[in-house]
Amino acid sequence: MTDKILNDLTIQAATVNGSGSQTANLVLTRAIFHMGIPVAPKNVFPSNIEGLPTWYQLRVTPQGHMARRDQVDILVAFNVATWRQDLQTVRPGGVVVHEEAFSTADARTDVTYYPVPFSKLAKSKIQNDTLRKQLANMIYVGVVAGLLGIPWEALDHAVKRQFLSKPKAVQVNLDAIKVGFDYWQDNFSKQDPYRLEPMTGVVDGKVLVEGNQAAALGALMGGVTVAAWYPITPSSSLCENLIAYSDRFRVDPKTGEKRIAIVQAEDELAALGMAIGAGWAGARAMTSTSGPGISLMAEFAGLAYYAEVPVVIFDIQRIGPSTGLPTRTSQADVGFAYTLSHGDTKHLVLLPGTVEECYEFARDAFDYADRFQTPVFVLSDLDLGMNLWMTPEFMYPDKPFDRGKVLSKADLERLGGEWARYRDVDGDGVPYRTLPGTDHPAAGYFTRGSGHDEHARYTESAQAYAANMDRLSHKFETARHALPGPVIDESTHSPIGLIAFGSTHAAVVEARQALSVGHRSVDYLRVRALPLSAQIVEFVSRHERVYVVEQNRDGQIYDLIRLALPPELVDRLRSIRHYDGQPIPADAIIEPLLESEAVPV
Amino acid sequence: MSATMNHIGLARDAYKGAATTLCAGCGHNSITNHMIKALYELGVEPHRLAKMSGIGCSSKTPAYFVETAHGFNGVHGRMPALTTGAQLANRQLIMLGVSGDGDTASIGLGQFMHMIRRNIDCTYIIEDNGTYGLTKGQFSATADLGSMQKKGAVNTFQPIDPCAVALTLGCSFVARSFSGDGKQVVPLIKAAIAHRGTAILDIVSPCVTFNDHDGSTKSYSWIKDHEESIADVSFIPFFEEVHVDYEPGTVRDVELHDGSHILLKKLGEDHDPTDRRAAMKVIEEGRAAGHLVTGLLYLDTTMTDFATAEHIPDRPLMDLGENELRMTKDDFAQFMSEFA
Repeated sequence: MTDKILNDLTIQAATVNGSGSQTANLVLTRAIFHMGIPVAPKNVFPSNIEGLPTWYQLRVTPQGHMARRDQVDILVAFNVATWRQDLQTVRPGGVVVHEEAFSTADARTDVTYYPVPFSKLAKSKIQNDTLRKQLANMIYVGVVAGLLGIPWEALDHAVKRQFLSKPKAVQVNLDAIKVGFDYWQDNFSKQDPYRLEPMTGVVDGKVLVEGNQAAALGALMGGVTVAAWYPITPSSSLCENLIAYSDRFRVDPKTGEKRIAIVQAEDELAALGMAIGAGWAGARAMTSTSGPGISLMAEFAGLAYYAEVPVVIFDIQRIGPSTGLPTRTSQADVGFAYTLSHGDTKHLVLLPGTVEECYEFARDAFDYADRFQTPVFVLSDLDLGMNLWMTPEFMYPDKPFDRGKVLSKADLERLGGEWARYRDVDGDGVPYRTLPGTDHPAAGYFTRGSGHDEHARYTESAQAYAANMDRLSHKFETARHALPGPVIDESTHSPIGLIAFGSTHAAVVEARQALSVGHRSVDYLRVRALPLSAQIVEFVSRHERVYVVEQNRDGQIYDLIRLALPPELVDRLRSIRHYDGQPIPADAIIEPLLESEAVPV
Repeated sequence: MSATMNHIGLARDAYKGAATTLCAGCGHNSITNHMIKALYELGVEPHRLAKMSGIGCSSKTPAYFVETAHGFNGVHGRMPALTTGAQLANRQLIMLGVSGDGDTASIGLGQFMHMIRRNIDCTYIIEDNGTYGLTKGQFSATADLGSMQKKGAVNTFQPIDPCAVALTLGCSFVARSFSGDGKQVVPLIKAAIAHRGTAILDIVSPCVTFNDHDGSTKSYSWIKDHEESIADVSFIPFFEEVHVDYEPGTVRDVELHDGSHILLKKLGEDHDPTDRRAAMKVIEEGRAAGHLVTGLLYLDTTMTDFATAEHIPDRPLMDLGENELRMTKDDFAQFMSEFA
């Protein structure tokens, strides 16, 4: 037996979609996390209700790496359909826990097999007929717990945590885990190097949160009062969480009054229309969708841009239209969302790179929308939105809402009714607005698209149109400086820099660590908003070569940065792209970077 | 109330808007005038009025009445979504949507139907001329089968009847009228505004430029010859007393949500406006007979509107501050700990 491998492994559970395996996966994750060991789970699931293969990849590292890794140490094989294929993914020396009935004839000899009669155990040991199918998955948790040395106390905690709202389910699940745990103890002796041992200090104060949970909480704390949405993977859970949190925190227990309106719309087009109508009327309004919905929202996004209506649009990115890998992750909506709609439109886009930022940016997006009277896009993705991420607890907001430039009745009285909806009074391009319902004869105006003068009156005057377009550009420049700036780490003093955004961050962190071990340290700039900050050009100017890493085919942010660079800096920029639908692993950065660096300049 | 002021002390001029840019003689201009009269006589506070529209000749008209009110000229066919959002954001607003037949029955049919399903509290007026005026005379989806374009092209498709569609969806207020029939349009607009829920008012409104010729079933002369009103409509606002000076059995009196009354004086066969199947029958029989049936077709004052059903506050949501929208620090800490 080789040396023991401690707290550094990836478990892959290969199951059948709809079999209830996710609960078991989460219990295992929580149990290991409870041992003080960092976890990074990735759910790889099909567009399907039940029957197709699904994989749960649980990565455990002492350093707390959060990115996916393309290497399986421990396979738990439940799905006969993918059994042989799954077996090929295990690293040499790895472990295979499998249903005993699966044949190992002519199978690999460089892995350790632990055959378990899961079906038979479920039939003979689980008394509950209705829950047998679900509980059968828990048996695997028990086996893995035995295999890796997860203490019973951690399993007990995890089950109780998982069934917080269903305490009755705790005992039957623990019983099922015990079946697997006992089977391990009674039938196997340890043949492999993998071990888990409790750690201290690494995960203290940390919690496990999905990006869509974080964004829903952010929206709630940001004061959202109208949300309209249409179900779509991987965005649905954002509004579903918002509904759940609102039922808990936005309902007046005495009157039943609900301080939020959430509408499931007939399509994404209507969803954005509702949010814009609400934003126009003074609500903090949002919609949440994914790429296909963003496509449908194009016309309305342009109207909100020109009519200058605040609204927040979440795009949880995924792949493709129609049946185009809807359950696989992507960062390919950036370019499209940035200029969504026909004509001269450009939007404010926030790019959260962690679940903590999903919370913060969701919360602050409402301030930006109100302050700049324009749509604000928050671009997350399936990896960030639907997977659990280890994160420090979120901070309670430390400032009040910024409702922007809204003229009240008193303001209008003070001004003697003299105001113009689209006039740049303060020199920042941001005009003042009034809300419908303001009891002053000068408050009302007629909102429409681009053809209006300062007073919002219809005009086709060339001069008025161009002047308004210039003011909108000026407003955009004001916003450029107000949005979250890039996070820059130049501590390595390397001539090489990396630029990334969104969920790619996790892989960059890991790649930088690995590169520094190999004495190829690199600096890092993480883009957090569009329009691009001026600091990005400066970062490029301070480095000889800068690699832009992103999860789309064409290098969309790479292109945007190139456009922003002065000609003499353009050649410094290189592009690393990952676009197979799986979250980017660190290797997908390290390998092309080293390959490129090996070529003499 | 003086003779020239309404009950909130405003003159009729306070309900005027910018000068119309539609063609002289356009039915829509008549509807605009009916709107001004109805809003003035109802004493609607201009600042509470939200005028919503999509795209088309009809959708320009909100600029032509109550200039001091807020208005939103949205994108084509999407007025219902904007109206839904605005209504939820501020229930104090009186939502008045103006749409056309293209805006409603073609590009906006989906939103029209879903708004009705939700019973959003608003008045939805369709200025229905069977043609696309701004793009120069194409058929719209409400054009009757066999009706003709100005240059002789014949419509070969079945029409979509917005009233029939609304009825099948359980709309709580369905009426049809004719732009030239102010006596009927004005009380119907008032009743639609007093009604709490989606009120659909399909007003056939001739396009003098593209659809007022022989062979059209939306021309002034055709409608004058074929309009069949099912009842004389009158409206008694909540701030006036109901005078009972009609013969028993000749008038139906329905009380609306705000205490107003709509009085329907029987003309021919008695029509019960609370009977949805009867309303459908009246539409179908009128269509078979080649008549344009007008009047209040259906009214259900018992349905709950969306915002009420959702327990949305009566206060504008804008007025809710941090202490009402954010969870407390203690709740937040507790909530975060649940993710451990």
